[in-house]
Amino acid sequence: MPKVKVDGVEIEVPQGATVLQACELAGKEIPRFCYHERLSIAGNCRMCLVEVKPGPPKPQASCALPAAENQEIFTNTPMVKHAREGIMEFLLINHPLDCPICDQGGECDLQDQSIAYGRGHSRFDENKRAVTEKYMGPIVKTVMTRCIQCTRCIRFAEEVAGVEEIGAIYRGENMQITSYLEEAVSSELSGNVVDLCPVGALTSKPYAFEARPWELRKTLTIDVMDAVGTNIRLDSRGRQVLRAVPRVNDDVNEEWASDKTRHAVDGLVRKRLDRPYVRRDGKLHAVTWDEAFAAIAAVEHGGSVAAVAGDLVDCETMFAAKALLKGLGSSLLEGRQTGMDYDTSSLAAVNFNTTIAGTEEADAILLVGTNLRWEAPLVNTRIRKAIKKGAKVFAIGPETELTYKVEWLGADLSVLGNLPERVTEAFGKAAKPMVIVGGAALKGAHGAALGLVETLGLVKDGWNGFNVVHMAASRMGGLMLGYAQPAGISALYDAKLTFFLGADECDHARFTGFKVYVGHHGDRGAHHADVILPGASYAEKSGTFVNLEGRVQRGERAVFPPGDAREDWTIFRALSERLGQTLPFDTIDELRAAMALDCPELATLGLKTFAWSAPALGTVAEGVLEGYPIKDFYLTNAICRASPTMQRCSAELVHGESFAEAAE
Amino acid sequence: MADAPIIPDEAEVRARWGAFQWNDDSKAKRDAILSRYPAGREQSASIPLLDLAQRQVGAETQTQGWLPVPVIEFVAREIGVPYMRVYEVATFYTMFNLAPVGRFHVQVCGTTPCMLRGSDDVLAACKNKGLIKGKTTPDGLFTLTEVECMGNCSSAPMVQINDDNYEDLDYDRTIAILETLANGGAPKPGTQEPGRHTVEPKGGPTSLTAMVTENHDYRDEWNVAAQGADA
Ligand code: SF4
Ligand code: FES
Ligand code: FES
Repeated sequence: MPKVKVDGVEIEVPQGATVLQACELAGKEIPRFCYHERLSIAGNCRMCLVEVKPGPPKPQASCALPAAENQEIFTNTPMVKHAREGIMEFLLINHPLDCPICDQGGECDLQDQSIAYGRGHSRFDENKRAVTEKYMGPIVKTVMTRCIQCTRCIRFAEEVAGVEEIGAIYRGENMQITSYLEEAVSSELSGNVVDLCPVGALTSKPYAFEARPWELRKTLTIDVMDAVGTNIRLDSRGRQVLRAVPRVNDDVNEEWASDKTRHAVDGLVRKRLDRPYVRRDGKLHAVTWDEAFAAIAAVEHGGSVAAVAGDLVDCETMFAAKALLKGLGSSLLEGRQTGMDYDTSSLAAVNFNTTIAGTEEADAILLVGTNLRWEAPLVNTRIRKAIKKGAKVFAIGPETELTYKVEWLGADLSVLGNLPERVTEAFGKAAKPMVIVGGAALKGAHGAALGLVETLGLVKDGWNGFNVVHMAASRMGGLMLGYAQPAGISALYDAKLTFFLGADECDHARFTGFKVYVGHHGDRGAHHADVILPGASYAEKSGTFVNLEGRVQRGERAVFPPGDAREDWTIFRALSERLGQTLPFDTIDELRAAMALDCPELATLGLKTFAWSAPALGTVAEGVLEGYPIKDFYLTNAICRASPTMQRCSAELVHGESFAEAAE
Repeated sequence: MADAPIIPDEAEVRARWGAFQWNDDSKAKRDAILSRYPAGREQSASIPLLDLAQRQVGAETQTQGWLPVPVIEFVAREIGVPYMRVYEVATFYTMFNLAPVGRFHVQVCGTTPCMLRGSDDVLAACKNKGLIKGKTTPDGLFTLTEVECMGNCSSAPMVQINDDNYEDLDYDRTIAILETLANGGAPKPGTQEPGRHTVEPKGGPTSLTAMVTENHDYRDEWNVAAQGADA
């Protein structure tokens, strides 16, 4: 561990640290544009200049210089000040002074750093260069004259997203950043370049000119678009969520978010259910809460009551419904809407045990029936990191582009029974082997995959390499709360009264009884409902979610639900009174206390590890996988389907419609 | 940007070049080029392969050659790298033409040494022969480009036409070269100054004089001198 002196203060820095990192450890701020912790080092903006002794008598780029024993680093000498001013002046030579009409204004690195380190005026009075806008797809808006060529976007596309479609063409003064032939960037992570771009060259297209950052109320919460549990911040103004941006959580999403996480929020103000409805003579009529409750109370269910949890609901909602059903004498709960009936007797057997961050350490990975790129894009990026460290990846399933090199073993699940030698050999050598089972394979191959735990040695001291990928934010929480029937959802079809908690993906027509839809969007579930009770979306309630690795996380409410809509648990609380089974909680805290008694794991936040035990299931795997469960990444739930941005992404990126002329 | 070429990626270009394949000649060259790089480092062959492709396009179109987008993509597939990476290379180097050029690509150096030695006259000659900067003559023979220093300053002014340099130009010599080319002839490359051999100074060489007539090996003499100094 080298010892260095930063501005006279001696500190010890980790081996391999750069001078810039050393300065940060010493608490010194180093301005930078091209350097980014999670990307490779480019060293091309020169903003991070410092003075280093011993070394040549000139300022040095600290981001690209390794810290060495006995180095003396100066960050506040006149030379450094002068160098920074010079770089700033150079950068501003061609940068337009259009901050008043730039969406980055208020959160722009160039603005901030020019105030902190610039000279305040320029000696350049020639013409500035101008660059034409580039089309990059439905998410990223470009104003390329503002680009300072830091190449962060290029490095992100290549290193993290794995789609080498952004690059720099021409050279010198003519250099321009563009997507290949100005086609839409085909990444579901493209929105991250908007955050990475230190200036306003890449901004968010759906959010263009919507708000200034200082007008927004910022709420920390958890994303529900997939089961990763991306930590996000919802920025809202008045009653509307205007954008979702990722928060840093190295255990979950690092600092990325998928385009769906970021941009489905415009679906929150469309197709909303804002008042109760009751179906009379085949038609839905708007009614009061009382009338809606009365219609439910009139159902003669005789204890045959069921609840189906949708993909987006929080644990509180599921618990409230569970408690109500209990009062009515039923425990017919299910959340696996598409008819899955895998064994849930051991939660470890359906959990992502390696953990998301742990994935990076794996050295041999077998994907069984999962299109990770769509099912959990931010787990996929971890696999890319593992590959960089030398991991080998095999996959069973129909071939698809996962953004990295995979050895495909065919789509026939029976191969699990006799894995080819190269696979067993790679796993034999692996210290941290990993198997990831996706939804497509859970039906036919859950047992066979569990069998691999033995044969491939997946579970050992300090390492559990058996993983299941879920796609619904509610799934792990639901399983913990008992939302699973041995026979799957078909056990619920004949219930006399069924509550659909935002459940839009199941086959509603198969339910023969009275259907009550409690949810926030007028989507499939609402169309089939006999009674609709308008609930709150994830942005409108404080909720607990358990992500696919068993991490309990809690989000806060960003805005209020529209119209008469209420937070879901309060709906069940009110209804329970009407049904004569008053639930024993009046506040969310009381509810959470009751939930903690019911399911102690939900009492505290953080990663829960489930003791390893594998249920005894048949180990024969049969069947050929035809496809993966997600057919369209951008339209997986009611919020996305209501979102114009997601519809546009789907049309353009999944179905290949051309919108290129829409480039401004 | 005003100066950057507009890269044609129209349907006609795709239709004409979409099926581009190496001809036998290029195939052999391609193999030779690829054999220079270790496995897994095929990307290093981007530049030589782009050049090879440009030459083949040139042969097929009776021009100096250019790189239509489908041909760039073909090269990228050849070495298994994303299109964008090869496209970046093709746009970076000015020797790769991103739009069709004529049979002779006339690149006149206009940088200071050549300018002081009369590149304006060279350009005037080009102009009077109907060449317009950035354009190809209607007969498809000449494309004129003004370029920066080509490293021939000591025999300035100069012009590079396809693979050959023509140096020590003036108005008349430039006209003569262009006319010879137009008539299907092959002007002598290098300096056009009568009596001048390479880039030796006026009045004959003052150093390395033994080199004028034959390839003289000076190393022995230098060693003697060095030993003398040591002693
Ligand atoms: S567009 Fe933004 S991120 Fe990309 S190189 Fe330019 S300034 Fe950097
Ligand atoms: S941050 Fe060091 S050169 Fe850009
Ligand atoms: S200036 Fe013309 S060749 Fe150098």
